[in-house]
Amino acid sequence: MRLLPFLASALVTTGLVVTLNTQLKLGATKSPKLGYFLSPQHGFWKNAENINTNFDATILANDLKGDVDVTIDDRLVPHIYADNDLDAYYVQGYLHAKFRLWQMDFQTRVASGRLSEIAGADKLSIDRFFRRLGMVYGAEQTESYINENNPVMKATVDSYTAGVNAYINQLKPEDLPFEYKLMNYAPELWTPKKTYLFLMFMSYDLTGRSATTDLQLTNTRDYLGYDLFQKLYPNQQDSLDPIIPKGTEFAKASIKPIKPGSADTAYLKMPAPKKLFRYEESPEAPNKNNGSNNWAVSGSKTKSGRPILCSDPHLGLNLPSLWFEVQITTPTHSTYGASFPGSPAVIIGFNDSLAWGVTNAGRDVLDYYEVKFKDSTQNEYWYNGAWKNVTKRTEVIKVKDSADVIENISMSHWGPVMFDAFYQNQQSNGKNLAVKWTAHNTSTGVETFYKLNRAKNVSDYLQAISLWKCPGQNFVMATKTGNIAIKQQGDFVARWEHQGDFIMPGEDSTYDWQGIIPGNENPMIMNPERGFVSSANQKATDATYPYYLGTASSFPLYRGISVNQHLTPMTQITPQDMMALQTNNDNVFAAQARPALNRLIQMDLLSPAAKRMVTILNAWDLKNDENSKGITVFKLIWDSVESAVWSDELAGSKLPLTKPESFVLLEQICRDTNFTVADDIRTKDKVETLKDQVNVGIERATQQLLILEKENKLNWGSFKATRVVHLTKIPALSRLNLPIGGGVNIINATTENHGPSWRMVVHMTDEIEAYGLYPGGQSGNPGSPFYDNFVDYWAAGKYYRLLFLSKEKLKESERAKWHMQFKHA
Amino acid sequence: MKFIATLLLSTLLAYASGIYGDLPWFSFVITNLLVAIVLPQKPAAAFLSGAIGVGLLWAGLSIYMDISNNHILSTKVAQILPLGGSYQKLIFVTVLVGFLLGGLASLTGSFIRDKKAAQ
Repeated sequence: MRLLPFLASALVTTGLVVTLNTQLKLGATKSPKLGYFLSPQHGFWKNAENINTNFDATILANDLKGDVDVTIDDRLVPHIYADNDLDAYYVQGYLHAKFRLWQMDFQTRVASGRLSEIAGADKLSIDRFFRRLGMVYGAEQTESYINENNPVMKATVDSYTAGVNAYINQLKPEDLPFEYKLMNYAPELWTPKKTYLFLMFMSYDLTGRSATTDLQLTNTRDYLGYDLFQKLYPNQQDSLDPIIPKGTEFAKASIKPIKPGSADTAYLKMPAPKKLFRYEESPEAPNKNNGSNNWAVSGSKTKSGRPILCSDPHLGLNLPSLWFEVQITTPTHSTYGASFPGSPAVIIGFNDSLAWGVTNAGRDVLDYYEVKFKDSTQNEYWYNGAWKNVTKRTEVIKVKDSADVIENISMSHWGPVMFDAFYQNQQSNGKNLAVKWTAHNTSTGVETFYKLNRAKNVSDYLQAISLWKCPGQNFVMATKTGNIAIKQQGDFVARWEHQGDFIMPGEDSTYDWQGIIPGNENPMIMNPERGFVSSANQKATDATYPYYLGTASSFPLYRGISVNQHLTPMTQITPQDMMALQTNNDNVFAAQARPALNRLIQMDLLSPAAKRMVTILNAWDLKNDENSKGITVFKLIWDSVESAVWSDELAGSKLPLTKPESFVLLEQICRDTNFTVADDIRTKDKVETLKDQVNVGIERATQQLLILEKENKLNWGSFKATRVVHLTKIPALSRLNLPIGGGVNIINATTENHGPSWRMVVHMTDEIEAYGLYPGGQSGNPGSPFYDNFVDYWAAGKYYRLLFLSKEKLKESERAKWHMQFKHA
Repeated sequence: MKFIATLLLSTLLAYASGIYGDLPWFSFVITNLLVAIVLPQKPAAAFLSGAIGVGLLWAGLSIYMDISNNHILSTKVAQILPLGGSYQKLIFVTVLVGFLLGGLASLTGSFIRDKKAAQ
């Protein structure tokens, strides 16, 4: 033995092994364990899927009652043929895990405030936010309710869970999904609670915006004073074209919420406290464009004489996609559509009798109540003239490479006290705020989809959606027999005007919810004379509906106008016409705003460059096409004019405030150009008119436009630079700079990182003719050719014909590629 | 002859220990060390046989998987790591890790035996 050389060599070798087996600092994040990651038998190379992978397989499963056949088509869509329902959900769970395991795990981690556990203390503020909002609490409520009261749903979710776990249990360490290797952790077993957590996250994504906006609106009102606030944030929308056509009669309200006598002083005009406090950053509020389009046209308007249903939910555009296509066929039903990895059944789709789709209702179902604690222990709070005890809910947040963080959340009768002495964000402004949210209540949301998957007719559809509570949705439906309908369904609070728009006093029951609107009073229409039903997140009704719908800022106005303007004159409609409409780029907002601006522009006072921009603006065809320059000019000019008008009022606030919605300025200048808010209150010696502000806005926009022009980014597509982003936001795993038009207020609602996350067109002919796609791919593996193979097709506005066939017919199809058999062991 | 034998044995054992994903990725360090003890060589020869043995294995496997994947994943990983998106560089780095560690393990093993043993 040569001791010294041995020791030296052993030391170097060991040092290298240890270094390569450690996560090193890599910018703001950590590297993978490089030796492990690079090892061709352990690391990422194993995820480099052979582009000619054969997905044929035979799988033995103890938990199955019978055999299940799966045919996988050329787009990697599995078609599940099972002898019974529970086996079908078992296999759906298995396949979700096989193709999307990491995503399922990651999304429920976000929902349950467990990101720090894998990503370290950096994510603690996000975890605290979700824990204190009651995400885990809500999922637990639902889980225990279903376990005790709903054996069919329990069995369904259990079977799905068993399928997910059958996949996880056979997974070899070297075959872990790529992201686990990159971030160095391992999957844990699935549980029914994770399914409910995922659905809780959808509730957050679609109704949780109020968790931020209620605070911001309160701060904005406090800053401006209620009278000015009402001018900038009016609830009137002159051009509203509601979901339920104007003139429809509504039944009288069975609940008449009464506005408390003190509301004008103690609530609407409540003075703001001035406090100093430490605060944490909250996660970004759910995108305000989280919305969707859906519509159905009746046979009277189509070429075939059969209804056509269309649905395109607008959500964040991510890889792996939120959606996973699947066909589920059992003796009880045969259904095709987009499913959520993480949940059984199909969420938006069709069966052999009926098709359905959803858009977000946008109603406010989350409120804050300000509570007064007796002392710093936060054990008692003042309610109805007495000190009342809270219960404490303990949540333990595990933090990677650091000590656990314990949240002791005071549970009041309102709900969890989210903001208190231990937790504040910038918007909460030092207050103790309890959150009351319909998503905290027990929910049988899974059952709605379970029943829609099996619905044969209108009454099945109504029965299925009557169970739906949160997030409130507009459920559109069409049947083969020729019926079309749309209903806004969910648990909606019967509110007095402005109730819950701002933080409410929480010291007594006066401001409590006075009831949930009975389901049969929710807005609905079936087979209307105009031959179509539609929704695009606008207000469901005009002011004749007997309940308060919420602040206008929650309801986008123009997409709905555009959908209805197009559908109204159409006849002899074909599915191809409907695809063209889903990808339509007409800008109805600009169609109103451009002439309004033109009336105000003082051309002779503009600089030559600005004049040139106005010329481009006026030559524009009012379409948000990818290569249009006019829309970029319009957007920047409009935004600058808005900011010239509003920013002086909002400047100076230390708290983040909400900018008034675009419709406010547009409708204001259509009504009355002598608009006093136009005056820049910072210039004491001068009164600016709206005309002055328009010219100021155009000159400012011109400066930005000239820069864009120089960088060759004046084209809408290059300016907007739409991207589909991996859930970790790593650019290399994302698709950037996609060539696609569209935008806010456009039916093709594609913005930077948001838009039609699934497009579906279903023609209710005898053999259903359906088209669809989503911007992603069926495989969640970044190393698979199926990871993002729909993206370019989606950006080009093209569709795939969806294969919805019986087992025998599908086998004959040349698009049937692979075959998996699940056998009872 | 001995050089070729140790080299091939290193490759074989590194591969065999890697089949079982439950064993750590650096198991070949142990197998190389053992090979170098059982079949002693001069330090330089030991290093090279171990380095080339594992390096070849890692090169072969990664190049094979990369080609059958049409470089889809390697191109992405080479942006994350960051290697300018070059799959060639990524393969080079991969092979370098196998080469260096394989060689060092064998070198360490060779020092365990006396000089005479290497004759």
